[in-house]
Amino acid sequence: MDVDVAIRALSARLARSLRLPMRLCAAWVATFLLLPVALPLAASEPWNAPYDRADRARAILYSTFQTPPRHLDPVSSYSENEAVFTGQIYEPPLQYHYLKRPYELEPLTLKEMPEVEYRNAAGRRLEEPVVGDEVASVVYRLRVRQGIRYAPHPALAKDAAGRYHYHALSAQEIAEADALADFAHTGTRELVAADYVHQIKRLAHPDLHSPILGFMERYIAGLGELAGTLRDARARSTAPLDLTKFPLEGARVVDRYTFEIVLKERYPQFLYWLAMPFFAPMPWEADRFHDQPGMAERNLTLDWHPLGTGPYRLIENNPNRRMVLVRNPEFRGEVWPSLTGGNGPLLPRIDEVHFMLEKEEIPEWNKFLQGYYDTSPIAPDGFEQAIRFNARGEPEITAEMAAKGTRLSVATRMSISYLGFNMLDPVVGGNSRRARLLRQALAIAVDFEELISIFGNGRGVPAQGPLPPGIFGHRAGKSGINAKVYRWQHGRATRRALEDARVLLADAGYPGGMDPATNRALVLHLDATSSGPDTKALFGWYRKQFAKLGLDLVVRSTDYNRFQEKMQQGDAQIFTWGWNADYPDPENFLFLLYGPNGKARYQGENAANYANPEFDALFQRMRDLPNSRERQEVIDEIVTLVRNDSPWLWGFHPQAYALEHAWMDAAEPNLMARNTLKYRQLDPALRVKLQARWNQPARGVVWFLAGCILGLGALVLWRLRQRTRAMIS
Amino acid sequence: MALASTHTGDDFVTIWFLRRLAYVLPILLGVNLLTFALFFVINSPDDMARRHLGERHVTTAAIADWKRAHGYDRPAFINADRSGTAVVTDTLFFTGSVRLFSLDFGRSDGGRHIAWDIRQRMWPSLAIALPVLILELIIAVPLGLAVALLRGSTFDRGLTLLCVASMAISSLFFIIAGQFLFARLLRLIPISGFAEGWGAIKFLLLPVMVQVLAGLGARVRWNRTVFLEEISREHVRTARAKGLAETRILFGHVLPNALLPLITTIVVTLPGLFLGSLITESFFAIPGLGSYTIDAIQNQDFAIARTMVFIGSLLYILGLLLTDLAYAWADPRIRLGSG
Repeated sequence: MDVDVAIRALSARLARSLRLPMRLCAAWVATFLLLPVALPLAASEPWNAPYDRADRARAILYSTFQTPPRHLDPVSSYSENEAVFTGQIYEPPLQYHYLKRPYELEPLTLKEMPEVEYRNAAGRRLEEPVVGDEVASVVYRLRVRQGIRYAPHPALAKDAAGRYHYHALSAQEIAEADALADFAHTGTRELVAADYVHQIKRLAHPDLHSPILGFMERYIAGLGELAGTLRDARARSTAPLDLTKFPLEGARVVDRYTFEIVLKERYPQFLYWLAMPFFAPMPWEADRFHDQPGMAERNLTLDWHPLGTGPYRLIENNPNRRMVLVRNPEFRGEVWPSLTGGNGPLLPRIDEVHFMLEKEEIPEWNKFLQGYYDTSPIAPDGFEQAIRFNARGEPEITAEMAAKGTRLSVATRMSISYLGFNMLDPVVGGNSRRARLLRQALAIAVDFEELISIFGNGRGVPAQGPLPPGIFGHRAGKSGINAKVYRWQHGRATRRALEDARVLLADAGYPGGMDPATNRALVLHLDATSSGPDTKALFGWYRKQFAKLGLDLVVRSTDYNRFQEKMQQGDAQIFTWGWNADYPDPENFLFLLYGPNGKARYQGENAANYANPEFDALFQRMRDLPNSRERQEVIDEIVTLVRNDSPWLWGFHPQAYALEHAWMDAAEPNLMARNTLKYRQLDPALRVKLQARWNQPARGVVWFLAGCILGLGALVLWRLRQRTRAMIS
Repeated sequence: MALASTHTGDDFVTIWFLRRLAYVLPILLGVNLLTFALFFVINSPDDMARRHLGERHVTTAAIADWKRAHGYDRPAFINADRSGTAVVTDTLFFTGSVRLFSLDFGRSDGGRHIAWDIRQRMWPSLAIALPVLILELIIAVPLGLAVALLRGSTFDRGLTLLCVASMAISSLFFIIAGQFLFARLLRLIPISGFAEGWGAIKFLLLPVMVQVLAGLGARVRWNRTVFLEEISREHVRTARAKGLAETRILFGHVLPNALLPLITTIVVTLPGLFLGSLITESFFAIPGLGSYTIDAIQNQDFAIARTMVFIGSLLYILGLLLTDLAYAWADPRIRLGSG
């Protein structure tokens, strides 16, 4: 029988029996009959694929971001979530070697590592070894490699006569542009030393609000003065500031490919700053282009449309949906780093990277399981599905995930999460023996191993001092344990017995936790921010830890701003805090305890307001030393000192667990470098195959549901018809 | 009544309209004042500056610079350092409000042009909200009529139970269950995401379905009540007694008379169409205005937060204005001037 005839016959019968219009019944029947035919036809690929079909077989890495970046201008950007993008686009002079551990800097756009020259007050060069007091300035000479070119950009586009296409746009022309792609021409040019100098001047630009201006003013000669001059110029006029007309003493061009940075004092860690986007080059043309009136109103700013020499360029900046990086066609082609000296493949290895906005963990996790994201952190809800701990307590991927080829990588972050004492507080602070013993007792009682297990799913390493593993100065094993808190037993650090803490507490004058002044349990106060139900459980856990010693902990939870305010004013007593390394040098952790960095007095990063002249002297010595045996000895002294003073309960170093699918190459976790996408590789054919296997749609269910809906509809109409008849009769 | 004797019908509408418009200004001013006060109770300009500058290595000079550049160095309401009208006009509240009321939303604290962003993000919000509204009406009105007609039947009881259950369950449950069932378990549609143009359809199916399901219970219950009230009226009974077909009674007599309360519920939801759904947009990664507002609050971006509250209030007031006009259109007994 012909299909058309069958549909008609069936429809007519339905219409007669239900007393419904013939057309309606025909539509139902046609839909019902055509569904099983249509569904298999549409099933050539997964139905739930969130990407374009054309992109499936391409070497595109799919990743996610949770928080839209606010700044992509290298002078303003300082957040981790922004570094994911800026690290691939901009090229500062130095980078971290991808494979070497401990982390080591190497030239990125430079021919060689910067040449460092110490000068005395008379401007004469000092010979090594240099004594700190003699140094009046330090000159870093940087030689840029030739042939590095910027990614194509309209700001660099020139016509045949060499004039810039878009440096004198009319209001009408700007009003017609919604994106950089609306400018027909793009151009490029070679990277020169002046671009680095221009960027350093941009740190002082009053409209750009660089977060490191205040910090760098202390070091870069003339930067503070330039900031003042530019501020005055801005006060006089709202016209764009042409930085090429403002000299900077501390940054000068020597020749086309050489420039110098002059520091006012010795600061060996400055080299690490040269691996951050703050010091990435910026051509003056970019400022000239974006400073044109009307550009900001179209959101055509450098903050939104970055321009760099890196392996990728941003072609889609829609932080509300996705950010797309594509291979920079002008990229010179870096070679895969090797520890053995052999030649590796050219970088970058992936053509495009799509970062999709995923604000919630559940959909992100589910899409990773479906194969639509190539890598993923582990969502709390998915932890048990992904990870199990073996008999030795080490994390392993579950059998279910291993069967899919998923790999787990674990790396200890260059960070520390700790419980701090406000050293200005009369009870827990200060250098008195009583307060020190109280802090030491608490250091034993607060069981961070338990905290890591309960609240972090085991993702952390208990800290033995301020330095995380992987940083020069950190000692592992028996020699590295904090003897005030741990014993070395059975080849591992074991927390001292609670009895030891009770003895210390009694020695401090609080036997059984009783305050002799009130004859009641000593009341201590923990200041922290509250961010949801988890924090309530955490606070309860802290109370329990203090109660082990008979102490009464009162949690003063507040919002983030009030908490910051208390910390600024030094009003907190005990507080939770953390620090992520700017760079892998012990100075970047130990400066958190340096007296002149006290938060309450000097607005520094020393949140505990710890001030110990002995520590400060050792710190100053350590800061200027190169990584050496001597430096290690000084660090050992420092660590012993602070373990004894215990201004922090050292807390833990969080660990990053990441999952990757089988089609991704096995990556070396490098938690300091931000430009690691260029090293990644994937196999799109395997991805297509596995995605298809994992995402076969449940067609039978569709068919069943459609039947149910249509059937239910028919039933309702039939009942209605019956009811109407009954009413009429 | 004096008005009625001296003015034409058009005059009534004009006067009524102007009178209602006159209410708009103080209401908006009040909303703006409240937003301003609430925001700055929680966030001081220093907090905002610190947040925007990245928390680390931030100096007081940098904070002062940031505040100066963004106008937050001015006093909130009274500028004691100035004289004359500048005491009031050279303040954070006044300068910000004047710009808002002239619909110049300016730039966000992060430097983005707000009006441009709103223009970009209103379409994804509308792409969800409009189909949701239309589908809800298409489904809820006939369902409401059906249950009203089948009152007391198993179908009525069953559907009422389902409606009450759907009203009791959080919309978050619908979202997570929908994502799990249709996207994860059955693998029929993408879990989340968005695309431009027609490509957006497959991403919108699930959020639209979820929102319709989450909102259907309340709407069907409301419609049922309205229709039941209308069905029990005398004119319907008369129509039945006259032997009119049931469809004619429903669509010719019940539905038009039940329009008034239906219009109220529809028009009141109109601002929501534009402003987007906070949770849905977040879970389905829809780049709409709901997530724009949430991001602004999280980032302590006062410029955006204030603008969005202002626009929301404005749309709500306009929505109520439209409701009144729609009443007059739907019910000839109501005359604008008489109230």
